[in-house]
Amino acid sequence: MDRNDYYGGDSASLNLTQLYRKFRPDQAVPAELGRDRDYAIDLVPKFIIASGELTKILVHTEVTRYLEFKQIAGSYVYRDGKISKVPSNEMEAVKSPLMGLFEKRRAKKFFEFLQGWKDEDPASHQGISLDNDTMKTVYEKFGLEQGTQDFIGHAMALYLDDDYINKPARPTYERIVLYSSSMARYGKSPYIYPLYGLGELPQAFARLSAIYGGTYMLDKPIDEIVTDADGKFVGVRSGNETVKAKQVVGDPSYFGAGKSDGGKVRVVEEGKVIRAICLLKHPIPGTDEADSCQIIIPQNQVGRKNDIYIAMVSSTHNVCAKDIYVAIVSTIVETGVPEKEIIPGLQLLGPIYDKFVSVSPLYTPTADGKADNIFITNSYDATSHFETVVEDVQDVWKRMIGTDLILKKREIEGVQE
Amino acid sequence: MSKQFQFKLVLLGESAVGKSSLVLRFVKDQFDDYRESTIGAAFLTQTVTLEDQTTVKFEIWDTAGQERYKSLAPMYYRNANCAVVVYDVTQSPSLDKAKTWIRELQRQADPNIVIALCGNKTDLSARRQVTQEEAQKYADEEGLMWGETSAKTGEGVSEIFTAIAKKLPLTAPPPRTATRGAAGATGGRGVDLNKQSATGQNEPCNC
Repeated sequence: MDRNDYYGGDSASLNLTQLYRKFRPDQAVPAELGRDRDYAIDLVPKFIIASGELTKILVHTEVTRYLEFKQIAGSYVYRDGKISKVPSNEMEAVKSPLMGLFEKRRAKKFFEFLQGWKDEDPASHQGISLDNDTMKTVYEKFGLEQGTQDFIGHAMALYLDDDYINKPARPTYERIVLYSSSMARYGKSPYIYPLYGLGELPQAFARLSAIYGGTYMLDKPIDEIVTDADGKFVGVRSGNETVKAKQVVGDPSYFGAGKSDGGKVRVVEEGKVIRAICLLKHPIPGTDEADSCQIIIPQNQVGRKNDIYIAMVSSTHNVCAKDIYVAIVSTIVETGVPEKEIIPGLQLLGPIYDKFVSVSPLYTPTADGKADNIFITNSYDATSHFETVVEDVQDVWKRMIGTDLILKKREIEGVQE
Repeated sequence: MSKQFQFKLVLLGESAVGKSSLVLRFVKDQFDDYRESTIGAAFLTQTVTLEDQTTVKFEIWDTAGQERYKSLAPMYYRNANCAVVVYDVTQSPSLDKAKTWIRELQRQADPNIVIALCGNKTDLSARRQVTQEEAQKYADEEGLMWGETSAKTGEGVSEIFTAIAKKLPLTAPPPRTATRGAAGATGGRGVDLNKQSATGQNEPCNC
């Protein structure tokens, strides 16, 4: 069941009519933007990591028969006032304008160390223990500058803040390896993206579920989560109909998020994300006219605690009319004036034709759901990819079923609501 | 050498007008009075051979029940080359629903889509509520193909699919999926996830 008349909830892709209805209910869609049907504007800026967990699920479940993907054309990082391509191996590091001559040599040694690492071969460890030494120790061993650490930790390991530096190095190592192997897979960037927008993903899973007998209801308001005297889940009420089930799974917006109805508190807010959907009439300056890209502004570079992300797609991905570019600038809110916080990102875009800004609370469930059979997911976070979403799906599965989600036979489709 | 073309055909229409039965009659020449919705098949295929030996292979998408509860997603008719919008000649309201689907296709689908309006269940002629004149007049006004069928007896079924095959533009093989936006400069084609999974096989998937 979905209260919206479209699939995908917070991760839907909207056409122009839907976009304006959501953000500017009293304004007509400007005719110069072209045809409604040419648009599929994402509400959350996320790309798929080519060698990541979501790709494995897409392939395994065969929803790929409903989807077509293209590469994101470039991955960029901001350093000292300008943007440059993110190098993904020692060869690219040597050529990168991100670093000076001596730093390049140090970075080359660092990448060679990561690529040469073998758990079973102590000679490849160079005295480092990935499990006991912190990432700080690793950076220091290779003498990497702060700015180099910024692009490695934020544009390759894709950490949102600097907490990882004082933690064991292995997760960072694994994230960098994932980035490099994803990059190597298709060549231009480590990311892929579904034609017609991210909203194709829930539609494809829904279609797959439907052909195996699943039933979907759109445009169906959810008025009440019905529970028994012990607080256990009974059913969901819509108008004067109640559908009963043993378990329910859904996103936080269906379980009291943002409302104080005096009932049980099932979700709590843990921060906010600001997202600005910007329509441009030109590619982003400094990206070689790329038809799509990601730009990461590491927090240190602009005096923040959280990175600013830019995700841009265009008509190449069938999400807008020709010569329109859709860029979403986002970050985790740190102050009372969130719109001011994304200015460093907006400034990289050049003239902005139109901008749709939203500030969304991030909700997380207060309980694992085992006691009342109510299983709630997390809000879509500020990360630029789907890895945490997959972790959430795997976690909900384990909470509901009691065992790990293992993709071995064709029996797990459409875990989505 | 005869030429072969492949097209995506989608079925639309209200529940219980006989969409799946129509496909079953066309693809397998079978009929089942108490048919449950198709389970587990993404789509069915059937080939029509035209008089000049050209063959047209239809990739036929059934709704899998998603027409109920307003849950049929735009993805379903995306890149469809042709659509068969079915109504039940014994149920007037089903023609209204068919008209709603036709408007939706005209608004959202590929502008070159070939749409056929199809009145099913002509075997139940005693209970007919929709006249041929009424339906055909509407189809003419909207520039649609029109025909009547009985999935039960088979009457008119192969005729309507053959008529669609003839009407489809057999000039160039249509892209299997959309590449309309594919500008040459961007490298055109999409990436193949399935093919690439082979290289990742050395790490067994125990996620």
